[in-house]
Amino acid sequence: MEVKIKSMKHEDFKDNQYIDKLVEELRASGTNVVVGKLNDLMNWGVSNSLWPFCFGTSCCAIEFMCLGAARYDMARFGFEVARNSPRQADYIMCQGTITYRMAPVLKRLYEQMAEPKYVIACGSCAVSGGPFTKSYCVVKGIDEVVPVDVYIPGCPPRPEAFFYGLMQLQRKIKVQKYFGGVNRKEKLSDELKQLKYCGGQVKKD
Amino acid sequence: MADLKDKISALCAQAQFDTEGEFLMVTVDDAQWHALALALKEQLHFDYLTAVVGVDWKESLGCVYYLTNTETQEIIHVKVATTDRENPRLHSVSDVWDVANYQEREVYDFYGIVFINHPDMRRFFLRNDWVGYPLRKDYDESDELNPLRLDDEMNEDYTCKWVEDENGEVKKVEGKLFEDEEYVINVGPQHPSTHGVMRYRVSLDGEMVKKVDVVSGYIHRGIEKLCEGLAYPSTLLYPERMDYMSAHMNRHCLCLCIEKAMGIEVPYRAELIRLMMDELMRLSSHLLSYGCLTMDQGATTAFFYGFRERELIYDIFDRTCGARMSMSYSTIGGVVADVHEDFIKDVRNACDVIEKNLKEYHKLFTGNVIAVGRMKGVGILTKEQAASYAISGPSARAAGLSCDLRKKQPYSLYNEFDFNEVVREEGDSMARYMVRMDEMVESIKILRQACDKLEACEDNEFCAKVPKLIKLPAGHWYQQVEASRGAFGVYIESDGDPKPFQKPYRMHFQTPCFNLVGIVDLTCRDNMIADLITITASIDYVIPDIDR
Repeated sequence: MEVKIKSMKHEDFKDNQYIDKLVEELRASGTNVVVGKLNDLMNWGVSNSLWPFCFGTSCCAIEFMCLGAARYDMARFGFEVARNSPRQADYIMCQGTITYRMAPVLKRLYEQMAEPKYVIACGSCAVSGGPFTKSYCVVKGIDEVVPVDVYIPGCPPRPEAFFYGLMQLQRKIKVQKYFGGVNRKEKLSDELKQLKYCGGQVKKD
Repeated sequence: MADLKDKISALCAQAQFDTEGEFLMVTVDDAQWHALALALKEQLHFDYLTAVVGVDWKESLGCVYYLTNTETQEIIHVKVATTDRENPRLHSVSDVWDVANYQEREVYDFYGIVFINHPDMRRFFLRNDWVGYPLRKDYDESDELNPLRLDDEMNEDYTCKWVEDENGEVKKVEGKLFEDEEYVINVGPQHPSTHGVMRYRVSLDGEMVKKVDVVSGYIHRGIEKLCEGLAYPSTLLYPERMDYMSAHMNRHCLCLCIEKAMGIEVPYRAELIRLMMDELMRLSSHLLSYGCLTMDQGATTAFFYGFRERELIYDIFDRTCGARMSMSYSTIGGVVADVHEDFIKDVRNACDVIEKNLKEYHKLFTGNVIAVGRMKGVGILTKEQAASYAISGPSARAAGLSCDLRKKQPYSLYNEFDFNEVVREEGDSMARYMVRMDEMVESIKILRQACDKLEACEDNEFCAKVPKLIKLPAGHWYQQVEASRGAFGVYIESDGDPKPFQKPYRMHFQTPCFNLVGIVDLTCRDNMIADLITITASIDYVIPDIDR
């Protein structure tokens, strides 16, 4: 089984090892045909109509607007319906720096989103703090606040990089299991519980 | 300068003067400052408070106030300081210049200087439970004091002010932001029409706005403190990330300020390229503001039109600078590389396309009944208010305040170019929109002239010979340029440290949007809540430029 998305060939992705490993793991656990087909149907639907929640705090948001405009036109891949309410969105695209004042807001917005939900860290500020890492009030990567699915580096990333990241997210969704096997929801809320427990002081290993 | 010095010493006998620097510097004690400020405004017509820079001089804490006379364009700066580090107090001038209200709150936030008689002494950028004052030289940056808190921040319902009575005793007086019966709604920090992470608490009477309380700092990144820890060439990347729609101008300004301090002569070609990049950036910025303003009113098609032309400009940046945004193109002494071979052709093409399409924009949106109804006569700013709130850029010119620094205090090569300053009288949202549209025509005019000049330029040098280690002599400098949204200023103070990799002692960025957010309350009052969206969109601020 190869993870296929319509917009880009498998061999064109630079890092196929992780997705191949995920597929292998899935195969090892095994599912029956009916449940497997149901999963495929869900994944087909979810991965092709990803609605972003626009959460632009700085420069990357302008590039995201270019993505929505005519030349890059993300509507071609089903990403176009940018929502302004977290309750209507599938994934949160964090474009820009998150400061200490903004961090609780980001966490709350994330918790307001409905499952299944994903997070993309866009630009070096969201990935690691970027040029502001040494600042007294900048969060060093949003993974200190919310769990992240895809990282898109760049300052700001080019629209092509945005697409690459978004397609990686599509591939990740394609191997997800809703029925039988590991349930993604359980895993996520565990991480969140841990976050709450320590008052957000969870550091990366 | 000597003439001005005599006039000021007649107003305040105790004032001390320093004529060494670029502008006249006046040093006064805090006791005389408020009276002098009033006299400077009333009698010498210094009606425009350009910048307030808080500085920690180690033995004293204080502010440098940059004042501009809008008639003669004279600039002076006044230094006021206090040696009390435990309870630093200065007198507020927020009753003289309205812009000082937010400026002094910023200084309070960074240095802990309390301003006596200031109406609203709260923090501006940092969380209200923040410990310490980050820009003080003895600030403790440890994570234990200010950890990353994920609990929600409480609303500040109370404010306080320090009032001085007749005997000179200062007392703290608590005040309420909103009365109990007021109906307050919350707009932001995550709201599409605030154009970023800005938060307003709006008090409503029915649909009418009674008061807007601005809660800022959701993207405060501490750039000024970061700059104090970096060598000069490394600080160049930050201005681009403040107002990313004026990236070239902001970086240009910092380069100009460092060049001024070091006495570097920039080659003609380099200055010409910089100027062209500035104007391209202005076009790109005004196109974006057109797109956002129209989209906020529901005209999504117009948004696509604006972005279609912006891609042309992005292509030019991409080819010459190697990036679509955050170009990092200007450098100390010139630009990092010469332009792409097709640069002039591309610029000419972009000018033609945009000029042609501007008519289309007007046809599509300007005369539209809904657009006119929502913008005409809404959110009026008068000329006096614009000066008092130190507004610059298109928003001030829409109110009749002629303040284009390209004309008033020409920098770079602007005095060699033939263009008009666009000024309107109405001061409403429509005027602000129209000023931007007309400024695009002027920018195209400048670009065409610059293309001819660049073609004729035989000089190949695009960067001056600059020492490998950038060292500034002791002193302080202030430089302004006209960015897309108004006057962008850089203040550099250097201690003349002889060590290699010299770091600035203090670097302050006076951003136009910081002042623009000050008029949100003023312009939105007694308008409908729905007009808040068009007014803020027509003011066209960029949030990271406010918060820095």
